[in-house]
Amino acid sequence: MTYRLVVNGEPAEVGVPGMRRLLDVLREDLGLTGTKEGCGEGECGACTVLVDGEVVVSCLVPVCQVDGSVVRTVEGLAVAGGSALAPLQAAFLEAGGAQCGICTPGMLMAADAFLAAGAEPTDDAIRGAIAGNLCRCTGYTKIVDAIRLAAERRQAGAGAA
Amino acid sequence: MTIQAPAGRPAAPTPGHATPLPLRREGPAKLTGQALYTDDLVFPGAWYGATIRSTVPHARLLAIELDPAFDWGRVAVVTADDIAGRNVVASIAEDQPILVPVGGEIRHQAEPVVLLAAADRDTLREARRLVSLRTEPLPPVFDPLASTVVFAHHALVKGDVEAALAADGVVVVEATYRVGHQEQLYIENNAMIAIPRGDGGMTVHGSLQCPFYVHRALRTGLGLDDAHAQVVQAETGGGFGGKEEYPSMIALHAALLARRTGRPVRMIYDRHEDLAATTKRHPAVIRHRTGVRRDGTIVAQDIELVLDGGAYTTLTPVVLSRATIHAGGPYDVPNVRIRSRAVATNTPPNGAFRGFGAPQAEFAAEMQVGRCAEAIGMSPLEIRRRNAYRAAGVTPTGQVLHDDAAALEVLERAAEASEFDWVRARTAAERAGRGPRARTARGIGLALGWHGAGFTGSGEAKMGSVASIELTGDGRIRILTASTEMGQGTKTIFPQLVAAELGVDPDDVEMAPQDTSLVPDSGPTVASRTAMVVGGLLVHAARRLKADVEGRTGRPFELSWRDDARDHGPTRIDERFSPYPGRSFDDATYSGDAYPAFGWAAAVAEVEVDLDTAEVTVLSVVAVDDVGRAIHPVLCEGQVEGGTLQAVGYATIEEIKLVDGRYLNDRLQTYLIPTSLDAPRIETILVEAPFEDAPHGAKGVGELPMDVGAPAVVAAIHDATGAWIDDLPASPERIIAALAGIAPPGPPGMSTVSAP
Ligand code: FES
Ligand code: FES
Repeated sequence: MTYRLVVNGEPAEVGVPGMRRLLDVLREDLGLTGTKEGCGEGECGACTVLVDGEVVVSCLVPVCQVDGSVVRTVEGLAVAGGSALAPLQAAFLEAGGAQCGICTPGMLMAADAFLAAGAEPTDDAIRGAIAGNLCRCTGYTKIVDAIRLAAERRQAGAGAA
Repeated sequence: MTIQAPAGRPAAPTPGHATPLPLRREGPAKLTGQALYTDDLVFPGAWYGATIRSTVPHARLLAIELDPAFDWGRVAVVTADDIAGRNVVASIAEDQPILVPVGGEIRHQAEPVVLLAAADRDTLREARRLVSLRTEPLPPVFDPLASTVVFAHHALVKGDVEAALAADGVVVVEATYRVGHQEQLYIENNAMIAIPRGDGGMTVHGSLQCPFYVHRALRTGLGLDDAHAQVVQAETGGGFGGKEEYPSMIALHAALLARRTGRPVRMIYDRHEDLAATTKRHPAVIRHRTGVRRDGTIVAQDIELVLDGGAYTTLTPVVLSRATIHAGGPYDVPNVRIRSRAVATNTPPNGAFRGFGAPQAEFAAEMQVGRCAEAIGMSPLEIRRRNAYRAAGVTPTGQVLHDDAAALEVLERAAEASEFDWVRARTAAERAGRGPRARTARGIGLALGWHGAGFTGSGEAKMGSVASIELTGDGRIRILTASTEMGQGTKTIFPQLVAAELGVDPDDVEMAPQDTSLVPDSGPTVASRTAMVVGGLLVHAARRLKADVEGRTGRPFELSWRDDARDHGPTRIDERFSPYPGRSFDDATYSGDAYPAFGWAAAVAEVEVDLDTAEVTVLSVVAVDDVGRAIHPVLCEGQVEGGTLQAVGYATIEEIKLVDGRYLNDRLQTYLIPTSLDAPRIETILVEAPFEDAPHGAKGVGELPMDVGAPAVVAAIHDATGAWIDDLPASPERIIAALAGIAPPGPPGMSTVSAP
């Protein structure tokens, strides 16, 4: 079967069995290894990507379910043609939100969806937004800080514009 | 000096630090998905590997049977007979086989017996089901107190414990504490890829903490010389001790299959296999008998500590050493007797996990101090004030503490930042006024801890680690060490330390990859030794390099290094560890300076307990840690926050249940770790009481917070409910049992036996 996706703004076509996990399509068929596998059971969130703007764990999604969808992965976050960190990534770097980095791609995608929704960046709201993403390194403190920083900068930027 | 690092703000100039802090060196690669972890590496033509394990806890292996209906020509099969070198995973003892041979003894449920590799995952999956093991059962041992196989034991004696306990006016408090397994649960599972080389050698890329441990294991198991074994660390998604030793086993398995097939072989564990087979924190049983006077002076500690090592020796003797030395907690007690042993059971081997024996020992010690305070009607803060070590205090190994003994400082700062006395008065009033219809209860708890920095005893002197700096012919400054980055910040702080000595920008200093063919053996990345020991070697090496260059050029290094490289060619400085002056340990008498220095930590936790369900919410933790010197306060805080949450998990939810020596909850659906919603607000305060013999004063930070988090949380549960919880984790079932005054559910960490 052939499936068509738009991945990080680029059209992609893969000929694979329909039950193949979106995670494997991204990592092995499209060579986008930024998305990680931590459990393969929907528990850790390391494989989080955005499908048509929605947060999904790509280890539980067969590719047949997302035929024709728009998929965003960590590789699609950087700006200026991929040469500069997006404000969210820069906030993670500055605040110390990434340690070993294995949860980071999924964490960034969940955070990106949170920012896009424009909710008030309270501690509880941020923690709720990343509740499906396990991190064993940071204790979450600096991840929450980073997301708040990015949200505040975004609001300040929107106010200035 | 103390610094209060900016919480939650971008890395900016910090008081006491002249220049802005460098950002995480490999951060951009991790944030853009470009960082390559083992499973991201592509080797054309690679096959997939799998491990067939025993499914019984103790047995004789009679035969390995391959289903004759299957076409085994499509699959590579490796057994113990195919091992060219010695069939041992080289470690402290050589008791653990790479694969159990036919006729050999299976000692635990997850023991590797057969290796398979195939070109695709479907074939591999099919083949796995068609291998069976014929075994003859042997009686298993699960109770560590009943085990007669002793891996190591110690007895530390100071003063006369029995006389002190029997003296007039001494209140004797007794209790037994039990803690279970804890899984490191790095989010990246263990992973190794082996690539056979044309010259008969083997290269392994993997997720690992200690490149030279894996190197030694490969040499031993494959019968290779130094040059023919090469180990390269890939980006590593967390370790916490869990990738200290088991990677040697996985590397050997991948390498044996690679040899057999002549192809690269990928041995990538899934979460289930990682949980079922790899090492955990040791369960322990710890008995305390403590004598305390009414004025709060602790006069005697009698401690008996038993660690469950699981089926093989692995690192257990060293874990026991650290547990033993830390067992009394950070208190200056005149009469101490600590008897300890580590024993074998028919469960998968236990190993390194952040804290390395100290968290188990200090949980018990701190709960016991809390019990003593209650027995004499004193506040938990005051009893610690009276007994905590001060400079010139003498530890049970006879080590005299120096001016950097910062126990009181971390204690007072934690008490102050948490408003401990005030909050405790409030929770006491709430408890006193609580009616039968109250649904929740709040409590506050305090713990004080210490952590010996670096290897125990003479470990560092024996290892003689080397770290190097090279000024290359083309004018680049390169750091060469085997210290691995797994999130703690090695790749950021090493260039930072070297740059500060040389007067250059950290970006001018490169890090050579952690590849055994390129870097010297600077020892394993464990024991919170990286910043203190290897960082210290680099500072010395940088000073020598600077003196050499300036001697030749007559100009400051920062203005002349490129010219020097061009005119004089490359310069390489190899700095070898030599013991810190005046500090020594005698292994035979088990006395002397057990550690070059100690770091000190205090934690105050506030909890809310649901009185209907006994579920515990940890609301906040104030963590105060003396790290000697915070080289990079943002990374340092990150260590404290991460370690604190692991301790909160250890205290409340993390538990492995076993039946017939097999882990029952060996999936992420059933082994739970804290999420962002479970995590408390963590306020970190870094204290700097420098280690005078390290050129930069650092003592290490990784493990400290792990020692104090759990006892602080469980003390808070006691404050909320009045119940003493002696077993970890303090699960709802245990809290309900304690409140009802009935026996707690089965001892943590000990396997039950299924009905026949
Ligand atoms: S890998 Fe998908 S949720 Fe863990
Ligand atoms: S940074 Fe390591 S798991 Fe989150």
